[in-house]
Amino acid sequence: MSSSLFFDISAGAYIAGMIVYVIYLVTKSKTVGLAATSVTIFGFVCQTIAFLTRWSHSYDFWVASNPTSGLVESLLRAAPLRNLYESLIFFVWSLIVIHLLIEFKYKNRSLGAFVTPVAALALLFIDISGTTKEIQPLMPALQSNWLLFHVLLAFLGYAAFGVSFGAATAYIIMITESRKEKTYIFWSIIIGIFLVVLIAMGMDFLSLSAEERKELIQSHFLKTTFRSDSGGVAAASYVIGIAAIYLIWQFGLGLKKVLGSLAVTPQMLEDIEYKSIAIGFPLFTIGGLIMGAIWANSAWGKYWSWDPKETWSLITWFVYALYIHARFVAGWRGKRVAILAVVGFVAVIFTYLGVNLVLSGLHSYGSG
Amino acid sequence: MEEKEKKDIFESVWSFLASVKLAIGVFIIIAFSSIIGTIVEQQAEPAKNIALLAKFFGDSAAPSVYNVFAKLGFMDMYRSWWFVSFLIIFSINLIVCTIDKFPKTWRLVKNPLRPLPENVLKTLPVKKEIKFKTHINTAKDEFVNILNSSRYKFLESNEENSVQLYSQKGKFARFGFYIVHVSIILILIGAIIGSRFGFGGFLNLPEGQISDMAFAQDGKTIPLGFSILCNWYDTKYYEGTDTPMKFQSELTVIDNGKEVMKKTIEVNTPLKYKGITFFQSSYGMIPNAVGTFILDITPNGGQTTTLQLRPGGSFEIPGTGIRGTVVNFLPALTQDRNTGALVSYADNMVNPGVAIQFSIPGMQPFTGWVLKRYPETGALPGGHLIKFADYHGVEYTGLQVSKDPGVMFIYIGSILMAIGLFVAFFISHKKIWINLAHESQGGKGPVRVTVGGNTSRNRLAFEKEIEHILSKASEAIEGRSKK
Ligand code: HEM
Repeated sequence: MSSSLFFDISAGAYIAGMIVYVIYLVTKSKTVGLAATSVTIFGFVCQTIAFLTRWSHSYDFWVASNPTSGLVESLLRAAPLRNLYESLIFFVWSLIVIHLLIEFKYKNRSLGAFVTPVAALALLFIDISGTTKEIQPLMPALQSNWLLFHVLLAFLGYAAFGVSFGAATAYIIMITESRKEKTYIFWSIIIGIFLVVLIAMGMDFLSLSAEERKELIQSHFLKTTFRSDSGGVAAASYVIGIAAIYLIWQFGLGLKKVLGSLAVTPQMLEDIEYKSIAIGFPLFTIGGLIMGAIWANSAWGKYWSWDPKETWSLITWFVYALYIHARFVAGWRGKRVAILAVVGFVAVIFTYLGVNLVLSGLHSYGSG
Repeated sequence: MEEKEKKDIFESVWSFLASVKLAIGVFIIIAFSSIIGTIVEQQAEPAKNIALLAKFFGDSAAPSVYNVFAKLGFMDMYRSWWFVSFLIIFSINLIVCTIDKFPKTWRLVKNPLRPLPENVLKTLPVKKEIKFKTHINTAKDEFVNILNSSRYKFLESNEENSVQLYSQKGKFARFGFYIVHVSIILILIGAIIGSRFGFGGFLNLPEGQISDMAFAQDGKTIPLGFSILCNWYDTKYYEGTDTPMKFQSELTVIDNGKEVMKKTIEVNTPLKYKGITFFQSSYGMIPNAVGTFILDITPNGGQTTTLQLRPGGSFEIPGTGIRGTVVNFLPALTQDRNTGALVSYADNMVNPGVAIQFSIPGMQPFTGWVLKRYPETGALPGGHLIKFADYHGVEYTGLQVSKDPGVMFIYIGSILMAIGLFVAFFISHKKIWINLAHESQGGKGPVRVTVGGNTSRNRLAFEKEIEHILSKASEAIEGRSKK
């Protein structure tokens, strides 16, 4: 059975889940809430099947070229965590695991409406970015157990940070009194940029042929809108983008009433925001930074070389270290730390995607 | 008077250096300034960065902007005096904070826990009260059981009319953050030792050659103290593709004229000798090199012999009368789609092929190509086999050569950091006081149980734990009284 069919089903289920969670927010009907959870669990099961199927295919693929490799080694080398596509899929999977755990622990479904969009956006991003979905041969430098655990733990960490981002954005909405508050303006801009960039990428996607889509990220990123060759189109894109952010700012506060009526409390959101960071930070430190350094040392003989990817993960680490010190030692609470949780996740996204997308466009770093 | 002032200044500088305010400031500064180095390409040729700056500042302004940036150290930022200064402030902050705070934590952990008066219990962050109709000793026994089974270490203090059990768990969790901080200091020490006493160099070593030194980035030679020989280099490909699967070379270490070590290295499996590590990092062809063809020849049903031939060399397959002469070689053989001619599509040995002119008794002489990656191309009429094992001596192996005596510190620091993070985030230091007293004088009346506690983290979970202890106790006590 093809793994991509199950991936497609799970992607559809998560997007449906997102919609049903939002309907649940509006209707507050228990049945709808149950449906949202069921759809999400269904998607999760499909994705797990797809993940295992892909693992098994890529195991066959590895064994075909490496007949002498032992069972454990082959399983490790075949783990589907080896390129952008597979790691993003795993990110979504981890995000949903953490989300379901929180839902059962706090017995409150509302956070689903904030976490499933992150999952759906990531899936949408995977699709429209045109990253390759083929099972690819593993390059020599990637044939390392350190690398596998590095990716595995770092992505679990990223997913935990993603949950804290969802909780922090919901928290900011809940405590906002008026649209003029700087925190709320910040919120509108961040959420606005997320959505606008994604929609712009969707337009790139629609305007391209199937062949060109494979190169979307490398050569066509935002070319139909913000980076269009026609100055008029580019200018119009900025105007529309800013208008979209304005609309989000104008109407975003409506979410507050909805959340309030669902027994979501700011305390609960703050608790989730912190706890996810408390889980994500050790995972990211050990998996992302330490194992990454050990792998680099075993492959190239240098554990740290200040390349942009490493530097950005260090920046991310500093933002979360800042969060921890601000909260525990300096006693910051509320808005100020929620902003740090949002900034932290923006740094995560930049570490993972921005370094490849933005910086490699500036000069010729490898696609590493 | 003056003495005191001096002391004040010292103290305020000290507490500034130990403060979390400084830590937060340094976090922000290092995070922000690091971004510069990810945009401006580091240690690159000026032209590259001038072209980059032109995108932001225009062609005419770019060179002068470049000069300003270069003066500020942006072109080799992570080694610039100001960035290194931030790292030093960061380390001082960490060390001073640790020295400053540690004694207090030590006392907190070292000092024995004391019983507290009942009215103080009611002021603790977590508190509960409950009454049982039973004897005080019965109730106490049950609480002792529960504390034991949840692995709390407890002590007991008896007064006339009351008993108190006071207990704690996870004391060492208080050290978690110190372990993290110390691990960061260790890693920084490791980095300093590495940059002072280690080196990083490279060595491009042709197949069959030997070297007793490596080269630094600036071209200076680095003596190794022993010699290293490259026996061969080889790239393995995924079947049917030009995607590399393995870069391999076989190296021999020769120390004092004796062969002491031989190892096939790959990316991710280096060779290490006397503190110096050799990593497989690149490879390539030696310009204009002439090498030796290694052919394995097997007559139908006979023994395999290995031949070494120079270009133009001839051989005979034993007992067959078949003769062959090496007439051509291409590193990446393919057929040109338009002309049909055989050409090389790459400079590297992606698909090496050797052309051999055969003369077989009773047949016209002909030339056949034998490909290294496709052994079936070496099958001759009559079931004889020729295997193209290698064209030796035309490739070099690119080795990254490094010595880093600081790496032990990095590893120890990393392990400590993992432990410290675990302790800091997943273990909490919890204290519980349980006071049992009869309501009225003389051991009469129901037993009043007052529970108070505090925890270093995760209060919600701790509250649940205390509720759980109480409900277990009341279940057990009620169960007993029914008997
Ligand atoms: C990145 C390097 C780090 C630096 C430069 C640093 C620096 C500091 C400084 C200067 C303090 C003292 C503040 C004060 O008590 O007034 C402090 C306290 C603290 N740090 Fe860090 N820290 C670092 C990493 C971490 C990490 C990764 C963690 C999380 C596990 C952490 C957790 C703490 C905690 C909990 C305290 C309070 C300790 C106490 O006062 O008893 N630190 N840090």
